[in-house]
Amino acid sequence: MESFQEIIFKLKAYWAARGCIIQEPYDVEVGAGTMCPETFLRVLGPRPYRVAYVQPSRRPADGRYGENPNRLYKHSQLQVILKPSPADVIEQYLGSLEAVGIDLRQHDIKFEEDNWEAPTLGAWGVGWQVMLDGLEITQFTYFQQCGGIDLDVVPAELTYGLERLTAFLQVKDSVYDIEWATGFSYGDVRLADELQFSVYNFEMAEVDTLWKLFDLHEGEAARLLAAYPKSTEEAAQKARFPLLPAYDQVLKCSNLFNTLDSRGAISVTERVGVIQRVRKLAVGVAHAWADQQGEAQ
Amino acid sequence: MSLPFLLEIGTEEIPDWMIPGALESLGELFAGLGIPASDVKLDATPRRLVLRAQGLPERLPDTEERVMGPPRAANPKAVEGFARKLGVHPEDLAVESTGKGEYYTYLRKVGGGKVIDILAEALPGIVLKIAFPKTMYWTGKGGPRFIRPIRWIVALLGSDVVPFELAGVQSGSESSGHRRLSRDRKGAVPVTIDTYEQTLRDNFVILSADARRQKIEDEIAALHIRLKPDPALLETLVYLTEFPSPIVGEFDPQFLALPEEVLITVMRHHQKYFSVEDGSGHLAPLFVAVMNTNADPEGLVRRGNERVLRARFNDARFFWQADQRKKLADRVADLAHVTFQAKLGSYLEKTDRVVALVKELGGDECAQRAARLAKADLTTELVKEFTELQGVVGGLYARAQGEPDEVWQAVYDHYKPESMEDSIPRHMAARLVSLADKLDTLRGCFRVGMAPTGSRDPFALRRAAQGVVKIIVEGGMSVPLLALIADDPQLPEFFAERVKFYFRDVRGFAYDEVNAAMAAGWGDLPELEARLLRLQEIRPSPDFEPLAASFRRIENILRQAAFTGGAFSPSLLEPGPESDLFDEINRSAGQPIESVIGALRPKVDLFFDKVLVNAPDPAVRANRMAMLHGLLEQFRTFADFSEIVTNS
Repeated sequence: MESFQEIIFKLKAYWAARGCIIQEPYDVEVGAGTMCPETFLRVLGPRPYRVAYVQPSRRPADGRYGENPNRLYKHSQLQVILKPSPADVIEQYLGSLEAVGIDLRQHDIKFEEDNWEAPTLGAWGVGWQVMLDGLEITQFTYFQQCGGIDLDVVPAELTYGLERLTAFLQVKDSVYDIEWATGFSYGDVRLADELQFSVYNFEMAEVDTLWKLFDLHEGEAARLLAAYPKSTEEAAQKARFPLLPAYDQVLKCSNLFNTLDSRGAISVTERVGVIQRVRKLAVGVAHAWADQQGEAQ
Repeated sequence: MSLPFLLEIGTEEIPDWMIPGALESLGELFAGLGIPASDVKLDATPRRLVLRAQGLPERLPDTEERVMGPPRAANPKAVEGFARKLGVHPEDLAVESTGKGEYYTYLRKVGGGKVIDILAEALPGIVLKIAFPKTMYWTGKGGPRFIRPIRWIVALLGSDVVPFELAGVQSGSESSGHRRLSRDRKGAVPVTIDTYEQTLRDNFVILSADARRQKIEDEIAALHIRLKPDPALLETLVYLTEFPSPIVGEFDPQFLALPEEVLITVMRHHQKYFSVEDGSGHLAPLFVAVMNTNADPEGLVRRGNERVLRARFNDARFFWQADQRKKLADRVADLAHVTFQAKLGSYLEKTDRVVALVKELGGDECAQRAARLAKADLTTELVKEFTELQGVVGGLYARAQGEPDEVWQAVYDHYKPESMEDSIPRHMAARLVSLADKLDTLRGCFRVGMAPTGSRDPFALRRAAQGVVKIIVEGGMSVPLLALIADDPQLPEFFAERVKFYFRDVRGFAYDEVNAAMAAGWGDLPELEARLLRLQEIRPSPDFEPLAASFRRIENILRQAAFTGGAFSPSLLEPGPESDLFDEINRSAGQPIESVIGALRPKVDLFFDKVLVNAPDPAVRANRMAMLHGLLEQFRTFADFSEIVTNS
């Protein structure tokens, strides 16, 4: 039986052998691997890129105090970006499942339509949820737009739900029973996270403080974006302009928004407005980044 | 010599629900090419759209096509322009007389040629024109758009490849089998037209949707269990698989303690499983999944699906139990935090309005109680998880919490009818809550400027209004509809359209009958329905249409004379047809229309035959018009017969 970490090693090795840079998780809280600069910014512009990384993804509203066997506040995604997407991308993907020991002739695999959209990122694509014996194990997306920009080159994004995939391979009903490494279960490693962050997100997060933080990060991102050089003559200033730090501020806003949401502090009316505020920043960074990269060519 | 033709567009998995439409579109586009062909057959699996045809000619003959130019009187510049566009000189043009006058024309030679060349030229355009609700690009910005990436193309005319390139894919004679069962894992399955379908079958692809459907049905029949019929799910599975094989799985019978509605929703919507009934029609602890593969000899697929379902049922049970901790009635206050619509406030405000409206409509205590509870399930975890069960879940909780039948059933039913095929809520309390909820949404949305425009109807207001009409008519309800929608200037017209649609398209009444009956008023919908049924009944009688034609004639006469009413004096009547008609009108007064048209019609005919309405004496003329006006008025509350379309 492969452990959680061995499955991750194998998938990383598989994609490394297919030309992917193996990145480490991004060190700012995100709700999904898509939000990391390695995806959100790298898919912009014409330059080919291939990358794979495991991204712990935080969804405050999905926390269940460690009591629900299938729902997690923080789950692990293996994010793979293939830009441009190769013609045999699905074969390559199926090969990755075989690489972790799934004999696909003995299982049922289906590609069911599932189009993806992230309103806070101005991003969307079309694709499928990949179903293995009735279990959704991967989200497969051809990006069409990111940061409100039509993409020059269409990347394929593969997002594996690693806990689910592992539970499938280890035949476990509860994610907490997964063997992470020999002698250590997933629960041993992560149960405290699930419990404590659920308590914080649902019960103890101080709403006023979170709003203050949101405003501060939003202000910092907006300040930077406003300072991005507009003139084409300022190439040197453009090249060194801190857009990546500006984007970190956007990610902070996004995570605070999710936390406020789980705390029940955002009414449906406000929700649309707050999504717009984050989206405006994300789109601003994406446009500036595309401009900066264009200048650099 | 005639040739068979095969086109297979190989793609990544196409969304199942788009496939039938895409095939139809492909068929039309191919027919539009104008290449003679017989036995055109269209087939598809998720990974291929296929067109096969017989009897294509090797060559198309040259033909001529008449191109119409400007009129003879046109500016010479326009004539030159026309000639230039055709690549000829103005003196090459002819002048021909048409029904509309003399025009420049040109007989253009349309080159025939080899059909294989014509196809090679036309097919890329045809493939890219196939209609899909949503498309993508994949070769880069500005590249071709299709539903999913095109990965291979088979195009054969006889034994020759029709050569073309599309999205970087070169047409050829190699198809692709089942992703995992195919003999050749890399795709590359060489085919010929004659053996195409069999070759696919050998590689675990069943080309025909009918054959896949049959396979699913036959294999389910062999299981000797009874499925809850679900034709829509069956179609989904037919187009989600290339080699469908049903399997049966089990779940723990203790889950049967959960409401069937919840279990079925999980199985159907979330897992695409068929539900199974026991002998008495209750849910059995079994399900049928349809695999896209040939067999599950070791039960791996079955056990996998069972585990997924167990997890989902566990979730549902968790939510069901957690939700019970707070009664529905105690959740109503929480609706203050759930926005109905930004400009229309919270669901609590909506609830207050709906309760008031139910009361206004004469709803009893039970109906008002149901209206108060109706939206409270929006705060439950189960509805957040399974939004399609809103209302139903509220009803189930209300029942579990001891609400009276009238109340929980009204909560359960209040979103009905969800479509025109759906039934209306089961009893009066439920109908009142449903009506009030929909009317409140309609009135509110129109008030804040969110009336539907064109095809945009994000709040499904047309469906809501349609539901109101259906409930009032089929519930036989006496509801002052016009008074309820009078505040908004647009709403009456909007509703009139929905009433028309309901009686025409849902109930199948002729459009002119609907127009005629509605012109006599539509505020009381059950009464309108009764008139329509009577109108439909008398329509075939030989007297009806001639009488309707005469009524139209009367309307025209009165309109032309701008006559709107006036004194009538029997003393001015001439003896004969005029007096006779008057007597007949008097006799028919107050009588049902069915019993009078037979006698009225000959009198009206004779009157128009013998009597000149526009008499020279203005007093006589006015008197005749007053009599005819009176005749129209007599039937004005039944229908406006001038709306009836007649052949005469």
